[in-house]
Amino acid sequence: MENTEQPRSISGSMQSPRSPPSSQPYLSVSVSDPVKLGNGVQSYISYRVITKTNFPEYQGPEKIVIRRYSDFVWLRDRLSEKYKGIFIPPLPEKSAVEKFRFSAEFIEMRRAALDIFVNRIALHPELQQSEDLRTFLQADEETMERFRFQETGIFMKKPADLMQMFRDVQSKVSDAVLGKEKPVEETTPEYEKLKHYVFELENHLSEAQKHAYRLVKRHRELGQSLLDFGKAVKLLGACEGEPTGKAFSDLGTKSELLSIKLQKEAQQVLMNFEEPLKDYVRYVQSIKATIAERGTAFKQHCELAETTKLKEINLDKLMLTRSDKVGEAEIEYREIKAESEEATRRFERIVKRMNEEIVRFQEQKTEEMGVAFHQFAKGQARLANGIADAWRALLPKLEASSSV
Amino acid sequence: MMGSENDDGFEEAHLHASREEMENLFLREDGDPLTRSDVNGDKSNSGYRSAMSTLSDSHHPLSPPPIIVTPADSDPLFAPPSYSDFRSPRSKPNGGDNSSYIEPPSYADVIFSPFDENSASEINGSDDGSRHSQSPDSLSRSPSSSSSDHIKITVSSPQKEQDTASSMISGGSTYITYQITTRTNLPAYGGSEFSVRRRFRDVVTLADRLAESYRGFCIPPRPDKSVVESQVMQKQEFVEQRRVALEKYLRRLAAHPVIRNSDELKVFLRVEGKLPLQTSTDVASRMLDGAVKLPKQLFGEGGGASAVEVAQPARGGRDLLRLFKELRQSVSQDWGGSKPAVVEEDKEFLEKKEKMHDLELQIINASQQAETLVKAQQDMGETMGEMGLAFIKLTKFENEEAVFNSQRARANDMKNLATAAVKASRLYRELNSQTVKHLDTLHDYLGLMMAVQGAFADRSSALLTVQTLLSELSSLEGRAEKLEAASSKVFGGDKSRIRKIEEIKETIKGTEDAKNVAIREYERIKENNWSEVERLDRERRADFLNMMKGFVVNQVGYAEKIANVWAKVAEETSQYDREIS
Repeated sequence: MENTEQPRSISGSMQSPRSPPSSQPYLSVSVSDPVKLGNGVQSYISYRVITKTNFPEYQGPEKIVIRRYSDFVWLRDRLSEKYKGIFIPPLPEKSAVEKFRFSAEFIEMRRAALDIFVNRIALHPELQQSEDLRTFLQADEETMERFRFQETGIFMKKPADLMQMFRDVQSKVSDAVLGKEKPVEETTPEYEKLKHYVFELENHLSEAQKHAYRLVKRHRELGQSLLDFGKAVKLLGACEGEPTGKAFSDLGTKSELLSIKLQKEAQQVLMNFEEPLKDYVRYVQSIKATIAERGTAFKQHCELAETTKLKEINLDKLMLTRSDKVGEAEIEYREIKAESEEATRRFERIVKRMNEEIVRFQEQKTEEMGVAFHQFAKGQARLANGIADAWRALLPKLEASSSV
Repeated sequence: MMGSENDDGFEEAHLHASREEMENLFLREDGDPLTRSDVNGDKSNSGYRSAMSTLSDSHHPLSPPPIIVTPADSDPLFAPPSYSDFRSPRSKPNGGDNSSYIEPPSYADVIFSPFDENSASEINGSDDGSRHSQSPDSLSRSPSSSSSDHIKITVSSPQKEQDTASSMISGGSTYITYQITTRTNLPAYGGSEFSVRRRFRDVVTLADRLAESYRGFCIPPRPDKSVVESQVMQKQEFVEQRRVALEKYLRRLAAHPVIRNSDELKVFLRVEGKLPLQTSTDVASRMLDGAVKLPKQLFGEGGGASAVEVAQPARGGRDLLRLFKELRQSVSQDWGGSKPAVVEEDKEFLEKKEKMHDLELQIINASQQAETLVKAQQDMGETMGEMGLAFIKLTKFENEEAVFNSQRARANDMKNLATAAVKASRLYRELNSQTVKHLDTLHDYLGLMMAVQGAFADRSSALLTVQTLLSELSSLEGRAEKLEAASSKVFGGDKSRIRKIEEIKETIKGTEDAKNVAIREYERIKENNWSEVERLDRERRADFLNMMKGFVVNQVGYAEKIANVWAKVAEETSQYDREIS
């Protein structure tokens, strides 16, 4: 089945990916060393992408290239187009506030997310065969830039796509003329259930993620308040005589120390708990996109099937009347039929893929969430124990002060 | 595949039950002012102090224990007592015996009853044995082993009453009275239990009379008069706030070793019906009084300050003349005019005053930061709980919609996380209600710093009286001298002048007497000041130490419990332990 290895480096790997035994086929990638390039408004972050593989299609066992965020976007777009039905791994969001864009925190979070992104692709049985992936992992920077610039706007749509768009408009018009809005949707109960599940899941997950984010903030706020409290208490101690003065001073110092622990834990919760939840939400959004694709494919399949039928009927009619338009009609019919079959094949492939993907997705998410929960619980336990230990150490001193 | 869920059936039921519980918890909290004031997450603590006091009450099922103070000061004395009687070393152990609540190694076990998921008490906060040493409303020192003297005051059952003496304006205004119950074994009280009804105005009277009788003492400040509309006066929240404040105030009075035996307090607590203390008349009539007396004073009738009067500070109204004189005196002193014999020379006093001021500023600062800390703890608990609930919803959802086993496994993991989060949330809240009680000591001392200021002010005003008299004396003597010199130039004596000299000499004698009384009074107040400040310093340091200990013990206990909750989840998810490179 699929490669069970998970060389995903989750927390800041500055090393290259592991190299497993060479007998098994492997493809593992790492995204590291973010570097700020360019000036002023045009500055951006570049990443080092290291590939280790024994796939025959690749140029060699190891390759290092430099990539930026928009290259990743390019890769995702290409895969979305070519591999309909597969849940393409999501990308971290385009940058939010300008100020935040270059903070160390944001850069690290993005790097980690990009690393996960590429590795998920590399581990997917179909996606890992992608030519675009090979380009992404191996092409030199100039070539990559050229590819990236080509992927813009309507001008790059292939002729077939344009025809399809035209036909869509056409069919919409004819529907309107005929005065009917055909609901062209799959309505099998299993698929209905799946769609409902996906949409509901997004709501629930978003809520959980929102609270997780707030929790990070609460850690920071508690840390800050401990810091301020510690300082205030120390100042108070300076006014008081002994032994209270010393006791306050000790209390204040402890408080400041704990403040640091809290800030650290805040960061951990952000990276190891909140971020995976956000990723989960993004994944579900990716599934929604796939559902939309499936909808489009289904519609095409239905409409082309119907058009084919009409052409067939028309052809039969013409054949009966021995019209001289038969030849033309026959060619048209064959063309439409081929297209229809193609559309049906496309649709069915999407369905097949989706069925496989759902299983994969659920398993993957259980694993990833399990890891996230485990990390979170460990972190919270560690924090609480640290707090207990720190305060406990203070007690004998307070005791001593009291008995003076 | 739903069969595999049967093992979890009980847990599921429990989960749903506890979810109900949790949701109820949240519903209750919506009614809790603490949550409401935090809803917008803004930094202002305006609703906070009131919420804090509500919090410390509603979560403390135990009523506070009796205030315990050592003997040796239960002598009932009437007139302003000299503090020297009380300066004998007390047997009060300030630091004292604290082994009752510090025990290694696990404070959680010692201090807290075992955390039981199903016990109802957890919603209200677990009881613990050591908490009684931290009573919320009293200045708690460690429970002393030897003492048996106690006095406990409770303020309760506010009631609306009608003013029977008809008011010209509104034809009968209403006011609130409170039931004040005292239980004591102090011999000064001659009885063990009393109950009276008093209104706020009576409290003001009590405070004013005490201020007069106990000059130089650090008298706890009374609750503020509130300048609010009568509608607000009757509102539940306002009445409750005032009730709490009154109780705190009376308890503080009772905690003061000297004031607790004062006649004023005794009368206030014991005598039913109308309060038999001289009321503080309103400003207008006092001014009127003074205006009537002024002409007499100006024209030399009624002489200079009488000996009795100088024992009191110059109050507005009755002592207009004296006020003017003292004002003039302080101004001339400021301008470096006449050089009185007594100056605030006491460098030690000035240093002490300065230090007290600094201390006050730092206490203010510390108590503000304490409030922020408490809020942050509260928020942490809240958000943790909300997150827990969100995950519970997710769990339920996944279970209902599960098609694959991986979903059920995930739902199970989520459930563990969610349950832990809700538990942790509750623990944070409990932690916080305890923290509030401990750190409230800082707030309490703000009030007491004001008392110190009052004591210092008494001293200053007494000194001013002395200096005024001295300067008056010197000017009178100057006049006498001049008159004598002038009269001696006249041959055979100057009858009118001689008469004048006689009069002046009389006045001088009276002023001398007054001066001596004033000086004695000043010295007495100085002594009171000193002893009180010393006592306060001692008590404050002990109280602060106790506060710190309580705070720290509390933090340790709850941190341990929270750690256990999460350690359990880490255990339950240990299969997901990955080596992160």
